Amino acid sequence: MNGEGITDVSGFPETPFEFDDGEGRAIEVREYDGEREALLSMYEEFDPGDRAQGIPPVRGDALERWLEGILEGVNTVAWDGNDAVGHATLVGDEGMDAHELAIFVAQSHQHAGVGSRLIRGVLSLAYDRGVRDVWLSVERWNRAAVRLYNGVGFEKTRREGFEIEMGTRLTV
Amino acid sequence: MKTVLGIGGTDDSIRALEHTLDRVAETGDELTVAVIENPDSTPAGDEVEDRVEGIIEEYGVDADVVRLSGDPGSALVEFAESNGYDEIVLGGGETSAMGKIQVGRVAEFVLLNSHTSVKLVR
Repeated sequence: MNGEGITDVSGFPETPFEFDDGEGRAIEVREYDGEREALLSMYEEFDPGDRAQGIPPVRGDALERWLEGILEGVNTVAWDGNDAVGHATLVGDEGMDAHELAIFVAQSHQHAGVGSRLIRGVLSLAYDRGVRDVWLSVERWNRAAVRLYNGVGFEKTRREGFEIEMGTRLTV
Repeated sequence: MKTVLGIGGTDDSIRALEHTLDRVAETGDELTVAVIENPDSTPAGDEVEDRVEGIIEEYGVDADVVRLSGDPGSALVEFAESNGYDEIVLGGGETSAMGKIQVGRVAEFVLLNSHTSVKLVR
């Protein structure tokens, strides 16, 4: 058992912000503001191979219910024009102080630096909203994701199984 | 079919029991419920056993209940293999607030070590 990491969010970009991704596309990261349909479209097109531990759900009604639940947390969306191409979300656990983090990037915009901007944006926003402890679970074989989380301070907090649990504490 | 269901008392293991009892009511399969010491479960062994007996009675099907001590995963695998079971049934994992499925430690061990077929109930 290891302790959680520490994430200094003071160097992270504050939403909203813009950047050019690795493919030269202008991407804007903003806090979610009711653009439910655009997010649903992104998830409906989501490559089933990129699903993580059963989310996003594939079926329409399950997908809508899932999205409704997580949109109550802290949410940032990456936009390429009018298309949602990435989504980072923090959901509070009942009876726990820690928030659970998940991040999704559309297949068309992976490996272009969108995820690393999106995660910094959501952690910075979450800190402003009073979130301090963040945890996540990730499939052990998803090395790219583990690297991304390590890069912003997350450390393994549980014995490694099929999935790895990681955690961090936000500070400035 | 001869089935052994491993149960430690977590919510997903209780769901697996109910699902399996429904199946047994239809098929008449032979079912043994093995109460294991799951480190991830808060209810202790006696409490789990009482609950299991109660649920089985409710469903009105025949099932034996046994207690396995020691490491839950290896105890279950050994029990299934040395008693000629065709299938091990386990809860399919808990779901986090985010909706992510997290497979329990016992299920992980059994999946990787059992020569008997394993069924995870979702």
